[in-house]
Amino acid sequence: MKKRIKVNKFITYLLLSVAAVISLLPLYWVFSTSLQLKSFQDEDLERPTSYVNANPPKMYPMGISEYVEHWGKARDAEKAGDADQEAYHREVMSTIVKDTFSGFKNLFEKNQMGMWFFNSLYIGVVVTIGILLLDSMAGYVLAKKRFPGRDIIFWLIISTMMIPSQVTLVPMFIMIRDLGLMDTHWALILPDLSMVFGVFLMRQFMLSIPDELIEAAKIDGASEWKTYWKIVLPLARPGLAALGIFTFMNVWNSFLWPIIVLNSAKLYTLPVGLKTLQDANLADFKLLMSGAAIAAIPMIIVFLIFQRHFVKGLTLGGVKE
Amino acid sequence: MHKLYTKYKTTNYIPKKDSRGGRILQLSARFKNAGKSLKRTGKEMRKNYAAYLFLLPKLILFALFIVVPVVWAFLLSFQEYRIVDSNVFVFLDNYKAVFESEAFKKALLNTTIYTVVTVPFNVITALIAASLIHSLGKFAQNFFRAAFYLPTVTSMVIIAMVWRWMYNYEFGLFNHVMGLLGMEPINWLGQTDSALWAIIIMQMLIPFGVGIILYMASMSSISESLYEAATIDGANAFQKWLKITIPMLTPSTVYLTLLSTIGSFQVFTQIILMTGGGPGYATETLVHLIYKTGFRDFEFGLAAAQSVVLFFIIFVISVLQYKVLNRNK
Repeated sequence: MKKRIKVNKFITYLLLSVAAVISLLPLYWVFSTSLQLKSFQDEDLERPTSYVNANPPKMYPMGISEYVEHWGKARDAEKAGDADQEAYHREVMSTIVKDTFSGFKNLFEKNQMGMWFFNSLYIGVVVTIGILLLDSMAGYVLAKKRFPGRDIIFWLIISTMMIPSQVTLVPMFIMIRDLGLMDTHWALILPDLSMVFGVFLMRQFMLSIPDELIEAAKIDGASEWKTYWKIVLPLARPGLAALGIFTFMNVWNSFLWPIIVLNSAKLYTLPVGLKTLQDANLADFKLLMSGAAIAAIPMIIVFLIFQRHFVKGLTLGGVKE
Repeated sequence: MHKLYTKYKTTNYIPKKDSRGGRILQLSARFKNAGKSLKRTGKEMRKNYAAYLFLLPKLILFALFIVVPVVWAFLLSFQEYRIVDSNVFVFLDNYKAVFESEAFKKALLNTTIYTVVTVPFNVITALIAASLIHSLGKFAQNFFRAAFYLPTVTSMVIIAMVWRWMYNYEFGLFNHVMGLLGMEPINWLGQTDSALWAIIIMQMLIPFGVGIILYMASMSSISESLYEAATIDGANAFQKWLKITIPMLTPSTVYLTLLSTIGSFQVFTQIILMTGGGPGYATETLVHLIYKTGFRDFEFGLAAAQSVVLFFIIFVISVLQYKVLNRNK
């Protein structure tokens, strides 16, 4: 019996590990290709000049092993007192380092990666703060106040959540154009701020805040705004964290609408920049993967730090009415 | 609040209609009461003005950027949009054009195949993965949950770019692995008969992170006593899974199936970045077609009609799925 449990456990771990490898392999491949040696010249050894386009593919950045190899040779030459040979290997070593990071260098020097990164970051922050404020205010009164029209407003908001966002693409395009906001960041920020998922999420969350606390604040003579700001918001902090993370992630990753309204390279967000990068360099996979790596890193870090809140947000959003 | 409500009821007294006079009295009372209740609503509204102020900013944005565009989309779908002239109502011409176009039929077919294959596969694998993870210790749980959710937080743009690279005919990782398994290399994205399947396989191999997390959360809320009772009855682990876990997870299954079906019908990013809908119409999907019609050909009326059709397809499928999946309850 005990043995069978052990076997079961082993099979469980085996299956999950295989699945985890499949899950993470593409991400690993992004980073591996971004750091792969590309135009590395090693006439001495007559090696292929590009490890990016190698058949069979190289499974890790070859700069690592090449660097170690030349470092060893340089040390041997140093011991043997062969200054020329040592200098040669030291030079190859610096070429390896340069080539390994050449994709990133190209992105920031020849393309406007820094600008795209900054645009994504500040739009993400602005929209997240705006959504947190607007949706918590709306969610608070929808959950805790009674006033004529409340239920109609709530159901109107909920029912539009079912409409696929593509339906509004064309009219929104015409509106943004007629407002003169085409090719500006307002064209991204304003529609993003109007998303209603957060209102629903905040309302669900605020329902669990005890009425007594709000009543007590009122009896103490706090104004509506003060009650909201000092009592409700602090209590809603876990909900706000979840909503904030999801909003930021959605904005950071949003793609379809930005490629429609942004035309100038200096205004691009990261996903738009990556698309134009791919359109212009279809076969330069080292460059493309370097861009992908830069876009992926922030979300990976955010996820690893705030994992708890992701789980919380998903389970909150999944609660059925 | 309750007190207020009873007061409201008593003032709304309407006389019985036993005579002509009674009837007139009744009518006038109704009018008066209507006026009163309007006044009362007004009073209530004034009393709660703060609530409206709290809602106002969101409502303005909501009206401007959601309600107006949605209504406008329906109107546009009956119009031929002209940039210089005023628009012309063409009634159902756009819809006729949509359903007669070869591209739309192909896009609908492709999107349907894509959905029918990937959604059940992803939901079922998520259920299995969550069940396996659930049986492990805390540390292993956290590790695998993170490993399976990480691709979900990464932008689909990145995933699509790396898969285009992995599907590369000559140097791609995919063909290399196939070679190791003794299979011939395939020009995955370049051939009419494999391109759609390349997109489908990719979607199947990206773990359904949301599903795994939601299933795990629901599993931990299933009462232990159910399992204990089954153990006493002599059920083995698999039987317990089949007869207790799966039925108890039905609400999550319904939600996840709806969620991923809706998402699947909106597949776009992979298409534009990996195949551009080609070769030919081999990987054309509904949203990619809407994008092309609207913003490459600038046929706004036609694109609006396509998007309205997409909306109805998603709506009908959601309602059907909800009914079918909830039938067993």
